[in-house]
Amino acid sequence: MSVLNKSAHELASMLASKEISSVELTKAQLDNIDNLNPKLNSYLIVTHELALAQAREVDELRAKGEKLSALAGVPIAVKDNLTTIGIETTAGSKILKGWVPPYNATVVEKVLAHRMPILGKTNLDEFAMGSSTENSAYGPSLNPWDLARTPGGSGGGSSSAVASMQAPLALGSDTGGSIRFPAAVTGTVGVKPTYGAVSRYGLIALGSSLDQVGPVTRNVMDAAMLQDAIAGHDQMDATSLPESLGSMTEAAKNDSVKGLKIGIIKELTGEGFQSGVSERFQEALDLLVAAGAEIVEVSCPSFQYAIAAYYLIQPAEASSNLARFDSVRFGLRVMPEGAATVEKVMAATREEGFGAEVKRRIILGTYALSSGYYDAYYGSAQKVRTLIQADLAKAFEKADVLVSPTAPTTAFLLGEKQEDPLAMYLNDIATIPANLAGIPGMSLPVGLASEDNLPVGAQFLAPARQDARLYKVGAVLEKFLENKWSKSMLDFAPELKVN
Amino acid sequence: MSEITPELVRHLAGLARIEVSEAEVAQFASQLALIVESVATVKAAVSDEIVATSHPIPMANVFREDVVKPSLTQAQALSGAADSESGRFKVSAILDED
Repeated sequence: MSVLNKSAHELASMLASKEISSVELTKAQLDNIDNLNPKLNSYLIVTHELALAQAREVDELRAKGEKLSALAGVPIAVKDNLTTIGIETTAGSKILKGWVPPYNATVVEKVLAHRMPILGKTNLDEFAMGSSTENSAYGPSLNPWDLARTPGGSGGGSSSAVASMQAPLALGSDTGGSIRFPAAVTGTVGVKPTYGAVSRYGLIALGSSLDQVGPVTRNVMDAAMLQDAIAGHDQMDATSLPESLGSMTEAAKNDSVKGLKIGIIKELTGEGFQSGVSERFQEALDLLVAAGAEIVEVSCPSFQYAIAAYYLIQPAEASSNLARFDSVRFGLRVMPEGAATVEKVMAATREEGFGAEVKRRIILGTYALSSGYYDAYYGSAQKVRTLIQADLAKAFEKADVLVSPTAPTTAFLLGEKQEDPLAMYLNDIATIPANLAGIPGMSLPVGLASEDNLPVGAQFLAPARQDARLYKVGAVLEKFLENKWSKSMLDFAPELKVN
Repeated sequence: MSEITPELVRHLAGLARIEVSEAEVAQFASQLALIVESVATVKAAVSDEIVATSHPIPMANVFREDVVKPSLTQAQALSGAADSESGRFKVSAILDED
C-alpha cells in the first residue's frame, strides 16, 4: 500500500519510528497533487517549496532526538479562507486575488507549531457561501467519486483533496455545514466542533455567530488528533471557550456503545431523503443497536424553520463582515471612469470583485437588517434560534447523541442547482441546526447509496462542549462498518483516470 | 405580489455599496423575492414572549491582561493596500466636488 493511502495516525507512527521521513512523505503527496490537481481543482495554490522546507526541518529535529508532537511531519491542506503569512489567501474571491496576509490564523500557527508541513490552500465557494464550490471565482472542485459531481461546499477543495489522497488531513470551516456536507458526499469524515472550541482568529468571517474551524479527514482517529492539535483558548478570539474539552484522541479509542442512548431526529428522516441514503443510514443504526446502543426517537419541531432562520442570520452577519472589502486596506481596487469619490470606487470594486451569490446574500442581509424590517426578519430568526436550542435541550434529556443523515441526497451534478439558489440552500437542512445552536457535529461515511454508488454520510450531534461523545460513537460505528466491508470507505472509490 | 421590487434591490445595493447592472437588478429581484418569501416563514414561528438568541454560547466580560504585545508594523499593515502615501492608506476624494 502506498503511503498516500495511509491514514494520518498511521503516518504519525511511521514518522515517529523513522520508517519514513517527512520529506519522503511530503514529496509523495506533492507528486500526487501535481498529478491530480490540474483535473480536480482541489487546491488553489500548492506550496511545494514551503512544504518541503518544513518537512526537512521536522526531519532534522527528529534526527536530533527532539520531542515532537503526535502529528509532527504529517502534511496538511488548509482551506483558503484561513490567513497564511506569505501565502496568497483569496477565500475563493476575485476581490482578494493576489492578497498575501501579514498574519497567520491561530489554527495555522498551531499547525506550524505542531510542525505539520502545509501542502497548499484549498478551494471553496466564494467566502464560503455555497454547497458545491461552484461559487468559487476560480472554478469548481470535482468529486473524485464522479468527476461530473460536486465534492460539496463550501469546503469542497478540502474534501476532494482528502478523498483523492492529495492530503491525509485538511482544515475546513463550517458555518452551516461546510465541513460536514462535503465530508458526506466524498466518503470522508468532517467535524464541526462546539462553537468556540477552536479559535476563529484569522478565519475570514462569514457569519461570526455560526463559523467554526474543524478537521477534514479520512477516519475518526485522524479527526480526533487534528481537533486536539487545533483546539484551545485563544485571547485573539473573544468567543473562544476558556475551558478545555478534554482529549478527543482518548475518546476515539473508545470501543463500546453499550447503553449509549442515540436519538433519531424524527424531522430529519423519511420523506425528502433519497432512498439509498435512508437505507445506509438505517443499516448504520442497526449496527449500533447490535452493539448494545439504545435507539430513542426525539422530535425537534422547530427545525422546520432552521433554514429560514439561517438564511436571515447568516446573510445579515455576512453583509456586515464583508463591509471590510472596501478597496482601501486590502484586495482589489477598481477605478471607475471620470472623477470618482471613494464611495464610487468602493461600489465599482465590489461590483467587479464579488460574484453573484455574494452580492445576493449581502443584499438580502442588508434588507433583513434595515429599519422597519429588522424585528420581523432578523429578530424573528434569532427567536427561532432560541426555539431550536430548546428543542435540542429537550432531545438531549432523552439521548446522549442525536443522529440523522448528513444530507438528503448523495453528491449532485455540477450545474444541477446553480440557477436555483433556494434549491441549493435546502441541502443544509440537517447541518444548519448545529450551527444555530453552537453544538458539535460529525459526519461519518456509512456506505454507498444503492441507486448511484455514491457515498452517504451519517451525522451525529452532541450537546455543547461534549465533542468527545461524537468521537466515542464515531469510532465504534466506523470499526463495525469497516469490519463489515473488510475495507475502509475510500477503498470503494473508483480509480481516478486523469489523463 | 412581492415586496422585493427592482427599485428596492437598487436601493439595497446602493446601501451595501455595490454597483449593480440592470440585468443583475432584474435577476436578483426575482430570486430574492422567492428567497424572502421562504425565509419570511420565521415570522409565523415566533411570538413576543420568546427571547432572541444572538450568540449560541453567550460569554460576558471577556477580558485579558492589559499588556503591550507585538502587533503588525506599519509596513505590514499597508502591505495589502491598493495605494498608500507617507505611511497611510490613500483613497480617492471623500466628498463630491459639487
